[in-house]
Amino acid sequence: MVPISYYLVLSGILFACGVTGFLIKRNIISIFMSIELMLNGVNLSFVAFAAQWHALSGQIFVFFVMVVAAAEAAVGLAIIIAVYRTRETLNIDQVDLLKL
Amino acid sequence: MTHLIIFLFFGALCLAGAVNLLVQRHPINSALSLVVVMGSLAVEYLLLGAEFVAAVQVIVYAGAVMVLFVFVIMLLNAGEEVRTKGSRVAMLFGIPGMLVGSALVGWVLIERTGSQTVAAGALPGAPRTIGWLLFHNFLLPFEVTSILVLIAIMGAVVLASHPDTDSGKKKS
Repeated sequence: MVPISYYLVLSGILFACGVTGFLIKRNIISIFMSIELMLNGVNLSFVAFAAQWHALSGQIFVFFVMVVAAAEAAVGLAIIIAVYRTRETLNIDQVDLLKL
Repeated sequence: MTHLIIFLFFGALCLAGAVNLLVQRHPINSALSLVVVMGSLAVEYLLLGAEFVAAVQVIVYAGAVMVLFVFVIMLLNAGEEVRTKGSRVAMLFGIPGMLVGSALVGWVLIERTGSQTVAAGALPGAPRTIGWLLFHNFLLPFEVTSILVLIAIMGAVVLASHPDTDSGKKKS
């Protein structure tokens, strides 16, 4: 028997790690991976609350979050490829112009 | 007791992977530690009784999405990232602020949810029940999601296609 708050604290720490990575990372792919980490933290809290309230809708919602995350990963990585093709860098400090 | 031990082991593995993701400078190392995070999260889902979510986590996240990440890292030949120095004020106020904020959130979570425990497999999240819900109560969101995925596929193809080949097609 594990208290439900343990799962929530774990998901909170994962989300905080994702936010920290989003802010301190300078490689555009690493930043994108930090976003995936945040989504995973939120998914864990969804499943924990679903177990607490005995409602399966929480797990259905996790399924939808995963589908949206997969679509986001496909489009985001395509954008990263397009950025690399035009600017030849992955460092976001050098990607600061809206138009070349 | 076994439940708690498994939870603590895989929770620690999960956190180690997340911290390693932040510390590593090469994107490929970050990607592989993200795979560790996702795999141990799948075990946590199993502990909560969400079998279907655990299976989808391994197949979609640890499988498909991370393969896409590793593929792009290899394709772009991403090297070690160059760190720039952050401002001193951000370090001075940001770290204590983050600590206070996370302590506050943790305190509220523990205080509010109390000592309510969850047994291993408390809620049956078997694929059968999930599928029944998905095709009865959540049919419209499911279909909308399929349209979203279709649009994402087309968007990815358009964004990643080479501009020269596109203009060449238009001319001919």
